Parts: sequence; structure tokens; C-alpha cells
Amino acid sequence: MSMTPEKDFGTPAISATQMVNLEIDGFQVIAPAGTSVMRAASSIGIDIPKLCATDSIEPFGSCRLCVVEIKGGRGMPASCTTPIAEGMVVTTQNKKLADVRRGVMELYISDHPLDCLTCAANGDCELQDMAGAVGLREVRYNPAGENHLNSVKDESNPYFTFDPSKCIVCSRCVRACEETQGTFALTIDGRGFDSKVSPSQNQPFMDSECVSCGACVQACPTATLMEKSVIDHGTPEHAVVTTCAYCGVGCSFRAEMKGSQVIRMVPNKDGKANHGHSCVKGRFAFGYATHKDRITKPMIRKSIKDHWQEVTWEEAINYAASELKRIQEKHGKDSIGGITSSRCTNEETYLVQKLIRAGFGNNNVDTCARVCHSPTGYGLKQTFGESSGTQNFDSVMKADVIMVIGANPTDGHPVFGSQMKKRLRQGAKLIVVDPREIDLVRTPHVAANYHLKLRPSSNVALINAIAHVVVTESLVDEEFVKSRCDVESFNKWRNFIADKRHAPEATESITGVPAADIRAAAKLYASAKNGAIYYGLGVTEHSQGSTMVIGIANLAMATGNLGREGVGVNPLRGQNNVQGSCDMGSFPHEYPGYRHVSDKATRQLFEQNWGVSLQPEPGLRIPNMFDAASDGSFLGLYVEGEDIAQSDPDIQHVHHALRSMECVIVQDLFLNETAKFAHVFLPGSSFLEKNGTFTNAERRISPVRKVMPALASYEDWEITQMLSNAMGYPMNYNHPSEIMAEIARLTPSFSGVSYEKIDQLGSIQWPCTDDTPEGTPTMHEHEFMRDNGKGLFMLTEFVASQEKVTQKFPLILTTGRILSQYNVGAQTRRTENNAWHAEDLLEIHPHDAEDRGLKDQDWVGIKSRAGETVLRAKISERVQPGVVYTTFHFPESGANVITTDNSDWATNCPEYKVTAVQVSKVSHPSEWQQDYQAFSERQLELLAKE
Amino acid sequence: MHIEKLLSMANDIANFFNAESDKDIAAEGVKKHILRSWDPRMRKAIIQHYTAANGEGLSPLAGNAIKKLSEMKDDN
Repeated sequence: MSMTPEKDFGTPAISATQMVNLEIDGFQVIAPAGTSVMRAASSIGIDIPKLCATDSIEPFGSCRLCVVEIKGGRGMPASCTTPIAEGMVVTTQNKKLADVRRGVMELYISDHPLDCLTCAANGDCELQDMAGAVGLREVRYNPAGENHLNSVKDESNPYFTFDPSKCIVCSRCVRACEETQGTFALTIDGRGFDSKVSPSQNQPFMDSECVSCGACVQACPTATLMEKSVIDHGTPEHAVVTTCAYCGVGCSFRAEMKGSQVIRMVPNKDGKANHGHSCVKGRFAFGYATHKDRITKPMIRKSIKDHWQEVTWEEAINYAASELKRIQEKHGKDSIGGITSSRCTNEETYLVQKLIRAGFGNNNVDTCARVCHSPTGYGLKQTFGESSGTQNFDSVMKADVIMVIGANPTDGHPVFGSQMKKRLRQGAKLIVVDPREIDLVRTPHVAANYHLKLRPSSNVALINAIAHVVVTESLVDEEFVKSRCDVESFNKWRNFIADKRHAPEATESITGVPAADIRAAAKLYASAKNGAIYYGLGVTEHSQGSTMVIGIANLAMATGNLGREGVGVNPLRGQNNVQGSCDMGSFPHEYPGYRHVSDKATRQLFEQNWGVSLQPEPGLRIPNMFDAASDGSFLGLYVEGEDIAQSDPDIQHVHHALRSMECVIVQDLFLNETAKFAHVFLPGSSFLEKNGTFTNAERRISPVRKVMPALASYEDWEITQMLSNAMGYPMNYNHPSEIMAEIARLTPSFSGVSYEKIDQLGSIQWPCTDDTPEGTPTMHEHEFMRDNGKGLFMLTEFVASQEKVTQKFPLILTTGRILSQYNVGAQTRRTENNAWHAEDLLEIHPHDAEDRGLKDQDWVGIKSRAGETVLRAKISERVQPGVVYTTFHFPESGANVITTDNSDWATNCPEYKVTAVQVSKVSHPSEWQQDYQAFSERQLELLAKE
Repeated sequence: MHIEKLLSMANDIANFFNAESDKDIAAEGVKKHILRSWDPRMRKAIIQHYTAANGEGLSPLAGNAIKKLSEMKDDN
């Protein structure tokens, strides 16, 4: 809890096996070969003064404050850039060195405002610290001389300021932008005394390429780059390590606090998923937690036409329970259910599914992974035996060829995107499979070797074509297949995929990708020492989403790219706890640990522990719930942390289903779109207000720790527990650690997990068992998780989507996300992140725009078979002719008014990525948008007290 | 449940398993998938439709799978 600063060793750690012995200030030191003198000294507690060095970036040797003397060497080398050597004798402190350092500091301070007492960095300034460390007592230079003290402060970024008058031009920010983030937005402009940090072409930060990741702010040793929250509120006094609640990277952060107020979120250097890096969301966009839109009192109403009534927690819970029981008495046990969310903790999700299975007495529980990565769960379970990615993020640093399919890591998973770019700058090859030109295709110092710009909906044809090349051009890793895979299934698959109909030349008319490019990309991937596949929702959100996941798994097995570092099949999970919510048994057919409800032994285990009999049949999935609601057989729904009325496809159908229900209970931070159809509102808690764990895309279970009181009095797990008790199924947990203990007791892959161990290790990657007590960074090292230990090949015939372009609907709409906004935007829309993205736009290729007489920023109607909405046009060559693209972060955009109810054959994951549309210039919002606006405004009026 | 939706879902599942050349194995795959992922009321509805409408709207493989499903005894 203390505000002890994280130790800065000055230069990055070196992972070398060869150790070197040396002497520093008379002390013997042993360190890995290649370590800097500075770091070696710091490792034994000798902190050499420094300014331009920090251990998150490579040494630079510019400030000359870290000079040392080396016996037998000439001059005074910079300790940050001097590697240790066997037998080296180093002196870090003597009069000569002290004089040099004092002289250097004197020069720095001669051009620095002496406003320490009123400076935002007072007490947290390395320049100030170094002035003290070198014993600076006077500055002999004339303060009236030439200086930078009147430089103009750039306050354009909503989260931090740039004050050049305080800049010492150490280049830490420039190097952080290059090395850590990989954006290269900053440079040093000018030479000598005129040198200055320049965003892009001497532009304000907001007009530059800066992505506001905060790496420069983190690296700055002075107040030059400073969080506005620190300027406004002062420096924090204590810190709590917790985990970000945005994307599936699951970055570890220090919530730096003043009492119960979060002053800033600082990426944790020890975080194993992010290694001290962050993005604009996790680093800065936490203000939603205390936004004025938060609802902190429970509310009920009989009808969605009624005003909300604020009631006590007891009244709200009892009303909710009585309504659910009433519905069950009238319409049967299976007439109610619940939906949990990937925004919830593991413990909350576990409790919701327990409430539904044990308290409601049915299996009608589902989670938002239904609409994103459910095909991942299915496809990888079938082929590998476990519903998870195979690697840790660090594995990418050993990949030689990286294939990114249907993912946009720099926007969707930005911290991992930066790590991937780092590896690509080191020389790894890149294959991008995407209909759209994502940033990775060409970004500073990174260029894709192949961009297979396929047509939406042709994924399976493309992966089959790649596999065809592997099989027919003798690129199969026969030894791996023979020893690790089910050979019978492989032989069947080999015959299937070798057929000419899968050849790149035969599928070119389907994919739109030149056969030669597919052949070359296939050879590149299959010939790599380590080939790694990363994929996202561009794979899963298709009618053949599961087939494509299976196709990827087949390809990885056939080429032997599994079971070690640098390879693997890596689903990039959208939300923070997609992996965890699935692990926790929130699908209607599976208990925690992906065990089917029909499995007698598993069911009996839960029955004995939970003290009830459980249904052996799968329950309703989310879209089935909507259909059943419209049919009148599903009438009560408990929704925790999910906004189905915005995020789910064919939204008019969803709204109809919600209107058809007799009791919708929403537990959330805000009156989200779903809550506008609700009868009970239970105010939830943000990630800052509760304890628990999140599991990220690499199966890493990380701590979520309460840093401020729950604004509505209860953590979400407590609310679920109260509802369960009111339903007549008793729950008596005192802390989420007790819930995790139960999960570990009942789930083999979590058997070694405990809060004590998470605190001790920082995080744990499951499986964590007696055999793997500290977790499992790489899956399937010796055998797959299937019963026979062998990887299973499955046949993946391409089946064209039912969503076809016609004269009436000649374009294909595909959807995605943008860096600054998150999912339905409920959190990020309530932050300054709107400065980057204030509305959803429709990207359209110049040819298609010209055909329709469209200009940039024109209002355009987008009409599909499901509905119509209106957005502004953004003319862009990122999309190919015939394809349009939008994001879905704003409810009024109505992106899901247009998407259809087509879905993945195996899991019903919606086909968000393929909707046939027509686009035309319009002058007013669509009918749906006008109706939505009126409905939404009325619901906000009903929120106000009568 | 909307029977058209269920028929479409069953046909989609059959499209995947249709890659299997042994159509009896394929039908078993479709049946098992539906059994393991569909709520009983959905299965009941499609079996009723299959019986009443002689499988109308179902692909041959999907129809064969639903037939197998209808012949199953509850072993839970």
C-alpha cells in the first residue's frame, strides 16, 4: 500500500546464461554478460546518478551524469552504455566524478525553472533527486542568458501536458515512443541548444501521431510530460496493484491514490502481461468510475413505461426475487435465466452461473463471449482439448513468422500490439490476413511481407488454401504429426485438403487473393523455425467461425507450430475477462472448466458441493433466450455487466425480446441500453470498487483489488449473493477469495490457484495444478489435453455465407473497434477518450463513394436486410472496393440495427463481419434512429425523480 | 421457438459435418452436436416438426440427424 517507487535499474535486464564477475566500489558483483555497469551496480544497491537512463528503454549515454571510472580504462565512460566485463574494477564515487556530475547538473539547472515548490512533480522528479544526489548548491550561470524558460506549454492532450520549459532533452520520451510503444510520434527537432522534443512535425500532441499510451509520460524524469490529474490534485500517497478492466491483454497497474481518489493509473513494471506498458484506455480512461451518470441507488418499476422508484437494497432484491419466482411458478422453471459478462470478475461470473444452475434450477446462463469468442472455445476444445490460447504474450518475442488473422492488435490489444511490433522490428516476418488495411500492414519500421486482403466471409477458403499448399508442397512436420496427433484424423484431413478444390488457384475467385500470394505466405509460415498465429473476431464472428478456428488449429498442428515458445494458436480476446468468464462455466452447456452438463461424474461433483440436484441438459444461449422470449416461454432475465440491447446483432429483434419479458433485472454501473428495458436496476461496482480476479487472453489470472469503496455499497458478487439468498438458495461467502477456493476445489485446471498464490506470484497462468504449481505459460508441450493426448484434425469444408451481395445490397459491411473506445463504449464514452473518436463513421472506398456521389463527412444511409441506420462517411482506401466498415461504440449509431441474425453453425456467435448493405446519401437520421432517440430520451426522463 | 430458425441452425450444423464422406458418421456428428448444445425445448420443437412435416426444410443430412435424435431414449 505504500507509495514506494518502483526500483529503476537504469537499463533493461539481460537474459544471458553466461555470468560475469566484477568489482564495483570494492564489492564483488556477479551479473549476466551484457549487463550494463549501471544495472550491475544497482543490483547491489549502488545507484549511480542518472537522467537519460531508465530500465524500460535501451541506454543512450547522453546526460553524462552516470560517468564512472574503470581501472585500466581511459576517461570516464557512461555506466549506462558500458557493458560489464570479467574482472572489471569500477569506481562510481570519487571527487573527480562528483565534480563532473555537479558540473553537468549545473548546466541542466541553468536552463530549468526553479519553481520546485509549486511544480506538479515536486517530490516525484528525478532532476530534483539528482540535484540533491550530486550535491548541487549553486548555479553560476547567468539566469538571464539564453534559455527555454518561456517555451509555450502544450495542453492539447486531455490527459497530460507537455511543458518544454522543463524539458532537459534526455530523449527518454522519444525512445519510449519508439521502443516501448513503437509509434515513433516523437523526435528531437533541431540541433545543439535548439534541440527540442517535437511531436510529429512540431505539432501539438493531439494533432500528431501520438496514441496517448502514456509511455512518454512514464519515462519523463521531470514535469515536462505530466498527468493533468496530478497537476490538479497533487501527487498520490499510496498505491495498490490491480488489473485493467479493458481489453484481453489484462495489464497490471498501480492505482496511485490519495485516500479513496484515484490520481493516476501507472502501468506496473512487474506486470507479466504488459511489462510496464499501457494504452490510452487503461492508463487514462478510468474517470467513468466516478462519472455523474453512475447510478448508486437500487430502483424498481412495474413496467418500462413507468418512472423508476429508488428503493432500499432489501426492497430491490426481494422484488427481483419475487418476480423471478412468480414467473417460474406460472411458466415453469426454465422460463428465466441470466447473462453474465466478460467485464465481470471470475468470482462474479462463477457466482452468477451458480445462482442460475443451483438457485434458478436451470442451465439458462450465457455470457457475452457468445457474441465474440465462443467459436474459439469450441474449435480449440475439439482439436487441442482445451478452450484456450496456447501461449503467453512473451512467446511472440521468439516468433520468426507471425500470422495475424482478423485481428487489429494495435487498436484492439494495443499493449500486446506494441510487443508484437517490437518483435517485427527485430526482424520477424509478418503475414496479415484481413479485408482491411490495418495499421500493422504498414507502420513505422514494420511492413507486412504479405497482406492477404481477402473478401469478408472467405476465411475458411483461405485457410484451406494455405493448408493445401502445406500438404501438397511437402511442408508438413511429419514427425510432429506422427508423435503428437491423431494420425487417422490427420490422414483423412490430408486427403481432404489435398483435393484441388482447395488449391489457391481454385479458391482465388472466392477469396479474391492472388494464388501466388497465398502460396508464398503458406511457405513462409510453414518454413519458419517458429510460426505463430494470432487471431481475433475477424475469425470468429462469421457463420463459419468455428470452422475457421478448427482450420487454424489444423494448420498449426500440420506444421508443428505448437507446444513450445514462439509458436502457437493465440486468440486475442476482446474484453478483459473473456477467457475467465468462459472458464467459469458461464456457457449453458458447460460447468466451470469446460465440462459438459451431461457428464454425470462432474454433475454429481457439483450437486454434492452445492447441495442441489442439477439439470443434465444444456440451457438456452443468448439468441435462443431472445427467440424464446418472443415466443413467450422465457420471461425473466438477470443481466450482470452486459449491454445486450446495444451489443447484440439484429437489435430490433433483441429489443422486441426484451419488451416481451415480464422481469428484466440489470446490474450495471449506468442506465445502459439494456437497462432502458429493465424493471429492476441493481447498481453495480467498477473494477476499482471490488476484489476478484480477471483472466486474460494468455490464461493469466491476475488480481483485481478494491482501491475505493463501492459507490453503491456492495461489490457485484455480494449483490448476486443477496439475490440468491432471496431466491431461497443460500450463499454465505465473506470474500471473493472464498469463491476462488471453491472454484479451485471443483475445477481441476484451477486446483492450485489461491489468492495467497496469486499475491505471491503476481499472477498465474492456468492450468495450475500439483504438476504445474506455478502455472503453465505454454500449453500442450508434451501432449494435447484431449483424452488420448493427441491433437485432432477435423475437416473444414468452405460453405458460403447466406449473406450474399445482390443488386439491392451490393456492399459488404464489416465491423471492428478503434483504439480509444471500448466495446459498447459505456466506459470510454464517459471519459475524455471521445476527443479521439466522438462518433462511429462508415469507412468507404473512394470508388464506391464516387459511384454514389459521396464526399467525406456526408451523412449516409446504410441499409441491410435487417434494418437501416445513418452515419457519416469517411472515405478511405483502408477498405477495399465493395467493402464498408464501421465501429459500434455509440448506441445511436445503430450498427447492430443493420447486422443480421446469421450466426456460427456451432456456437451461434453472430456473423457481425458480413452484412450485405447498400449505402446512399441521406439528409436525416433513419427511422430507427429517430425512434431510438425518442425512446432513449423518454427513459432518461423516467429516471428522474417524480 | 421459431421453427424456421431451428431448421436453419440444424442445416448449418449439417453443412459442417457434410464434409465427412460416411454420411452415417456425419449424421451422428450432427445429432451429437445438437444434443450437446441445444436446450431441450429446441430439440423437442424440431423433432415435432420433423415428425409432423416429414423433415421439410431440413437438408438430407440434417433430417437424418433429427431422425436419429427422435429415436433416442433418455439415458440421463
